[in-house]
Amino acid sequence: MSSNAVPMREVAQRVFATEFNDASHTFKESDDERAPVYLLLPTGERANRVFLVGTLTEKEDVGDDNEYWRGRIVDPTGTFFVYAGQYQPEAASTLRDLEPPAYVAVVGKPRTYETDDGNVNVSVRPESITEVDAATRDRWVVETAERTVDRIEAFDDESNEYGVMARERYDLPVERYTEAAVGALESLEGTDELATDGDAPAGDAGTPEPEP
Amino acid sequence: MSDLRTHAAEIAEQFSDHLDVTEDEIEERLQTLVDEYRVPVDEARRSVVNSYLDEAGIERDDISRGGGGSQQVKVADVDEDEQWVDVRVKVVDLWEPGHESIAQVGLLGDESGTIKFVAFETSELPELEEGACYALSNVVTDEYEGRFSVKLNRTTTITEIDEDIEVGDDASEVEGALVDIQSGSGLIKRCPEPDCTRVLQNGRCSEHGNVEGEFDLRIKGVIDDGRQVHEVIFDRETTETLTGIALEEAKDMAMDALDTTIVAEEIRADVLGSYYRVRGPTFGRYLLVDEFERLDESPDPEAVLIKARSMA
Repeated sequence: MSSNAVPMREVAQRVFATEFNDASHTFKESDDERAPVYLLLPTGERANRVFLVGTLTEKEDVGDDNEYWRGRIVDPTGTFFVYAGQYQPEAASTLRDLEPPAYVAVVGKPRTYETDDGNVNVSVRPESITEVDAATRDRWVVETAERTVDRIEAFDDESNEYGVMARERYDLPVERYTEAAVGALESLEGTDELATDGDAPAGDAGTPEPEP
Repeated sequence: MSDLRTHAAEIAEQFSDHLDVTEDEIEERLQTLVDEYRVPVDEARRSVVNSYLDEAGIERDDISRGGGGSQQVKVADVDEDEQWVDVRVKVVDLWEPGHESIAQVGLLGDESGTIKFVAFETSELPELEEGACYALSNVVTDEYEGRFSVKLNRTTTITEIDEDIEVGDDASEVEGALVDIQSGSGLIKRCPEPDCTRVLQNGRCSEHGNVEGEFDLRIKGVIDDGRQVHEVIFDRETTETLTGIALEEAKDMAMDALDTTIVAEEIRADVLGSYYRVRGPTFGRYLLVDEFERLDESPDPEAVLIKARSMA
């Protein structure tokens, strides 16, 4: 069929900030110069694209001559760093216009950068940034927890080549990402209970839930 | 006996364009072979057909292959160009032919789904009626941009059948985040030539050159659930419902900005990054959205939480 001629679009992986920032190893699966570059996720998956939703808490133009926007986007487990410059004009202009705090959805490519002291920093080069609502953010947390748990479940499968690769490359026990998923989901339940408590007689009122 | 009668009728139909033979005549010849000479029915049929081919001075390929040659298929299984097939279908919809060479155009359906059909004037076929069911033998499959259709032709036999075919739903449903809106979305112009509707690139139609295009709205999007990507197309109607921007309004926006791309930008800002469930038939790589729903209720984390806790 004609669809065979079209290269498959890379799926956007769902990964929490804590796991994303732990990743450092990138690889290609062919020698072709234009072959996609993948970031190896510690739970055993390759990511050429990610989709994330979180709270934009800060933005800053860190460019010298040209605009180069850095955004901090927070999920229940940590912070994603997003950089958008002249080659991402739409994402850059969205970052310029947005007033933090705001819920945003980002589709983008993982980028790694080795610092002078040998650490590898991971960031996202956005293809798009859009402002979304709280329900979209909650849905992303549940979805990302589910995908994370699925990856962890398949981590030890012999046929899982990226699981094998992650064991070789990283010294990171996957249990910590199970715990991160549990924590993320519990943070949603917390806000739920808070909403229901609003109708109940005020007993433990006065302790506002901190922003996750 | 009625079995032979059926064979006779089919053979008569196959040769109706070429020979003046009656069903009775054919049935008699078949009967002689089967009853007197103990020839199996298939072989008898073959022999009779061959003798008529000789008589008419034509090749086997020139006549319709009736119950013999072309393959009986379900419409959803059509996935190759230029195949000769038989189908048993209901006429779901008849459309206005866009060109004088086209006698009929519309949608046929069977249990597996639906497929477009075209019948040409030159084939001089009896007209199909909407809602009626037919056995069509010897139709040819065709493909355009991954979308399949069947062409009725001179050798196609049309037999109305007395059963109501339940037309299957070939719609599929996908759910996920809308992660991309591709070029060719928003306010676009289509070729006004009859039956063309190609999207213009810089005012040019790839078939008809420079034309005065007609405005339309659509979204070519990508829905991604973290496991798979699905390319989807919202047509004008679903785009208007999704974005709340009507075609006239889109034209005004473009006019004010002196730029048509502003419409796609507006749409991007509005819908990208949110979750949708969409449903509709699949044509080639695209799912054509008939119905959609924005997933804006807060999801229940309970099931995932139980699973995650059990692993921790």
